[in-house]
Amino acid sequence: MTEPSALTIRTELRFLLNDRQIALNSIRPDQTLLDFIRLDRRLTGTKEGCAEGDCGACTVLVGRLEGDTVKYETVNSCIRFLGSLDGCHVVTIEHLKRPDGSLHPVQQAMVDFHGSQCGFCTPGFVMALYGLWMQRPQPSVQAIETAIQGNLCRCTGYEPIIKAAQAISSYGTPENDPLAQERAKVVAELKAIKDGRRVEVGSGEERFIIPASADDLAAVLETEPSANVVAGSTDVGLWVTKFMRKITPVVFIGGIDELRGITVDERGITLGALVSYSDAQAVLAEHVPAFGKLIHRIGGEQVRNMGTIGGNVANGSPIGDTPPPLIALNASVTLRKGAARRTIPLEQFFIAYGKQDRQPGEFVEAIHIPLPEQGTQFAAWKISKRREEDITSVLGAFLLKLAADGTVETIRIAYGGMAATPKRAAAVEAALTGKPWNAETIETALHFYEADFKPISDMRASSAYRMLSARNLLRRFHLATTKPAGSLTVSRYEAA
Amino acid sequence: MTKHLVPDTTAAKIRGGVGEGQVHDSAHKHVTGEAIYIDDMAEPAGTLHAYLGLSTVAHGKILSMDLSEVEKAPGVVAVLTARDVPGVNDLSPTGLNDEPVLPEDYVQFLGQPIFAVVAETREQARRACHKAKIEYEELPALIEPGQVDLTNPRLVTKPLKLTRGDAQQAIASAPHRIKGQMNLGGQDHFYLEGQIGFAIPGEDMDVTVYSSTQHPSEVQHMVAHALGVPSHAVTIEVRRMGGGFGGKETQANLFAAIAAIAAKKLNRAVKIRPDRDDDMTATGKRHDFLIDYEVGFDDDGNILGVDFSYAARCGYAADLSGAVTDRALFHCDNTYFYPAVHAVSKPLYTNTVSNTAFRGFGGPQGIVGAERVIEEVAYALGKDPLEIRKRNFYGTSDRNVTPYHQTVEDNIIDRLVAELEVEAGYKARREEIARFNASSRIVKRGIALTPVKFGISFTATHFNQAGALVHVYTDGSVHLNHGGTEMGQGLNLKVAQVVAEEFQIDLEQVKITATTTGKVPNTSATAASSGSDLNGMAAQNAARQIKDRLIDFAADKHGVPKDQVVFLPNRVRIGNQEIPFADLIREAYMARIQLSAAGFYKTPKIHWDRDKGQGRPFYYFAYGAACSEVSIDTLTGEYVVERVDILHDVGRSINPALDRGQIEGGFIQGMGWLTTEELVWDNKGRLRTHAPSTYKIPLASDRPKIFNVKLADWSENVEPAIHRSKAVGEPPFVHGVSVLHAISDAVASVADYKVCPRLDAPATPERVLMAVERLKTAKNL
Repeated sequence: MTEPSALTIRTELRFLLNDRQIALNSIRPDQTLLDFIRLDRRLTGTKEGCAEGDCGACTVLVGRLEGDTVKYETVNSCIRFLGSLDGCHVVTIEHLKRPDGSLHPVQQAMVDFHGSQCGFCTPGFVMALYGLWMQRPQPSVQAIETAIQGNLCRCTGYEPIIKAAQAISSYGTPENDPLAQERAKVVAELKAIKDGRRVEVGSGEERFIIPASADDLAAVLETEPSANVVAGSTDVGLWVTKFMRKITPVVFIGGIDELRGITVDERGITLGALVSYSDAQAVLAEHVPAFGKLIHRIGGEQVRNMGTIGGNVANGSPIGDTPPPLIALNASVTLRKGAARRTIPLEQFFIAYGKQDRQPGEFVEAIHIPLPEQGTQFAAWKISKRREEDITSVLGAFLLKLAADGTVETIRIAYGGMAATPKRAAAVEAALTGKPWNAETIETALHFYEADFKPISDMRASSAYRMLSARNLLRRFHLATTKPAGSLTVSRYEAA
Repeated sequence: MTKHLVPDTTAAKIRGGVGEGQVHDSAHKHVTGEAIYIDDMAEPAGTLHAYLGLSTVAHGKILSMDLSEVEKAPGVVAVLTARDVPGVNDLSPTGLNDEPVLPEDYVQFLGQPIFAVVAETREQARRACHKAKIEYEELPALIEPGQVDLTNPRLVTKPLKLTRGDAQQAIASAPHRIKGQMNLGGQDHFYLEGQIGFAIPGEDMDVTVYSSTQHPSEVQHMVAHALGVPSHAVTIEVRRMGGGFGGKETQANLFAAIAAIAAKKLNRAVKIRPDRDDDMTATGKRHDFLIDYEVGFDDDGNILGVDFSYAARCGYAADLSGAVTDRALFHCDNTYFYPAVHAVSKPLYTNTVSNTAFRGFGGPQGIVGAERVIEEVAYALGKDPLEIRKRNFYGTSDRNVTPYHQTVEDNIIDRLVAELEVEAGYKARREEIARFNASSRIVKRGIALTPVKFGISFTATHFNQAGALVHVYTDGSVHLNHGGTEMGQGLNLKVAQVVAEEFQIDLEQVKITATTTGKVPNTSATAASSGSDLNGMAAQNAARQIKDRLIDFAADKHGVPKDQVVFLPNRVRIGNQEIPFADLIREAYMARIQLSAAGFYKTPKIHWDRDKGQGRPFYYFAYGAACSEVSIDTLTGEYVVERVDILHDVGRSINPALDRGQIEGGFIQGMGWLTTEELVWDNKGRLRTHAPSTYKIPLASDRPKIFNVKLADWSENVEPAIHRSKAVGEPPFVHGVSVLHAISDAVASVADYKVCPRLDAPATPERVLMAVERLKTAKNL
């Protein structure tokens, strides 16, 4: 491999901030977008509420090129690294007011419907609703609640904010929005930034590296095996803001569009490592509806726009929300080091707490999800203290195939929150396999949970509750497959 | 309010007078991000940043403190410890000397600030804090109230006892008796803007501190005390807070004091802002309570006697715990008459952060105890809890004396509950729910209608005073200042509406200005829901003084009787002629009439003898009722709130839009307290729920699916409070209780409503499922 040259490396970070072009040849690799906006640029409309992507006060829009247009998404600027903005258009609350001083439709609706009290969360709500309105000018209540799922308000109780959101379209349409009108200019400017070169800003350990392609990433990691690979930074962001951990050198993979691929064929769904929760949601909802629904329960909209399923897997957390359903679905993961690739069943990837089957310099390239066979039944349920935007207490995923005689041909059950890793309920599965799929079998199998799990007690749930609710999810799954009268669970949006 | 509109001197009505649902005065600035919070202020050159180093043990002696690596860290300018406090090292708001700014050698909770680092950047200060080497001798720590011997507990302040009649005798001779205990969790304020102090040193001993505080006068006093300078040297200013909820009543003191000490020591501006985790770990919260109760009642559910013990986790220092636990006892009756009552408070010492004010100030905890007792009686007799509630309501001419011997003179609870019961369709829905539950195996529904009566006034009588400052300029525009603080509730707007109404000028002629100790002195905290009651009256008083002078002047100049000088919208009628308001002002100025006034108000009628437990601590009561319906999943304990109807009494509303905002927001916050907001300390005393990732306040999707909120528009304050309105900050918070009881009702269905669920709070899915399991077991016994 030859040393990259100036022709192939750019040492300046370039992006757009509102109506300005920004070029930086020295940044702190762990500097957040929020600190840049507030401290360096003194754009103080964007607020810090929690510095962990859970309150939404820091919400801004980030637009990135998608073909010949720009796709704007809401993100948490508090856990987004400044370096990750290369080639993007950052839009803050300051960009919304019209030159004549009049308010943007989103802002005017929030004023008229009393959507602010203390006002500190308000810019974040305005940005979240702005992002929604651009996509869906006349949203349903559910769509509004989803768009602001990552925004906390402690004053209003949300009712006036929902009413404001419903009314925005009567104040103006997205076609007349400044972001729509300046679209062509922004596209041209972003295209000019995307010069196909690797970006490396900083020196020594303190470098922020943005590989130009998957091959380039493989090359970078060969020479920087200790680097931290960062995609959505919904976890690594907290290593910095909460724990002040050293994360350099940083290899940011968010600029590698080829890792965003989603393919569906007879073998199943393949998700590139960079596919965000938001991007995966539609394809999962289409092919594995219960998985699609589960995505809604991960973080808030901002986190789903940033976070990737690849990162959720690579991170190896015992309470990550995608590994249990992926394991139940018998998904596999492709790991790449240099030019070498290997594909292993996902459940083998998780070795122990904090330990995965990933070598230095190796990275998660893709995840493959076999489509459930005809006649199989799949479900996944998450239990958390608060229904939405919360971290899992227990998450159970179930894939069942019954034989013609009504006995269990195969069943795969995986749980999160029940062990040090996402884990199969092997003993329970064994107790069910070959048995008639009836209440008696279930009740017998429930005795085998102790053999599989010894969950901990922590601030999210007690061991006893985890055990009981994990068992009850199997009961629920049985009921769901036998479809008795009446609801099987509570739901905000539809009969479950 | 960016444009200055010309007053219409022919208008039939002013813009923005009392009773109009004006939008928040800062709404425009909120939505554009132009509203300035303290962290948004332009920083003077050379501004430094402070950060706190916190104790890592819950209880211990500091054996040694090596801060040399901290001092050497990049950017560090100074490190402050107890030795650097030039004045008195104490921040206790009630003068008990139990709350050091920084402790010398003894720490009493995990997270207690021990030292402060001052550096060129906040990041540098924060990183440097981690380089401290502190050795402790750990001492046994009391963390949970359950660990405390309640028969002989260590208390942080003097307890209160309320008695009327002979409760023990009444209970003993009652046909039925029940004894029980309830574990009621605390709550973090989770104001979106965290604590912050920003001090700018001046000449002489002077310092100005921008503090996110509900109580500028106390911050002023504390900063002066800690600096060892007179109060006149210290100016505290706050334009707005990003939420307070009681969490910035005393808790801002520390941050202001540290910033001021550092600023004076280094002669540079110093800002201090903890991150969310340190903010939640190092500052006080709503008190959690262990409530013991015993009730005696008859076959019909009439309560004959009741005995309460309210034990509260107060933390290591008193802070406001005395007044908080007092208010819990003042609300152990809620809307119910107890023929005989004995109630005691136990403000427990624990090795946890010192708990503090939080919307309701103990009142909600008192009411939750009362409602548990109602539930016990109802299940024991197999009756609808609402029937028991109504049966025990205070009367209007008799059965109307509270446990603290104040007569309830303004009772409207019967009408409120009757109206809500009809509007919510309570009876039919209750029957429908019973049918649903009989046929639904997994999902169960529950409904509850709960009342609230909330006492209005500070129980420390001397706090019930307020000042205001009004200037009228020669162009007829008005500068308004008062002692209250703006934290989102719209206080400034309400007071401005009062002043606009008084002068009969459009609202935009009245400029709202930042609260500062330099303009209005010796103010009380903006707390106890009292903001508009007190400051509205003080501002009205100031305006009336000026108006009286104007009337005297106009009558004299134009030779008409005073009653012929009438303030009309944006103009004044003097005899037969009308002149614009601004013209009268100019004339008055030319005639050397003083156009500025300091207003004052003190609440009449109130008095309280704490030793006797008797008096009239409250000027009046605010009332309301809420009806909630929920669905629960008996396999997981998950639930959703299906529908909530609220009917609430704000008297004659000064601003119905703001009042509605307080009711809706208060309800959701109260619901959060009793459902998903769980504070968890581990056995080392470490708070494990210290950020929104682990501490779960309600989201938009936790709102009731159907949410109907109505003001009781027929109500008016029987007392001459400001425009006959009523306080609204705290009372609606209590409506969250209806959700807890609806969940409890759904749980009860699994044992055919024969067993009281005794659901503790917060009713997390875990507590709900465990209660379901308990009742299923009880049913099978």
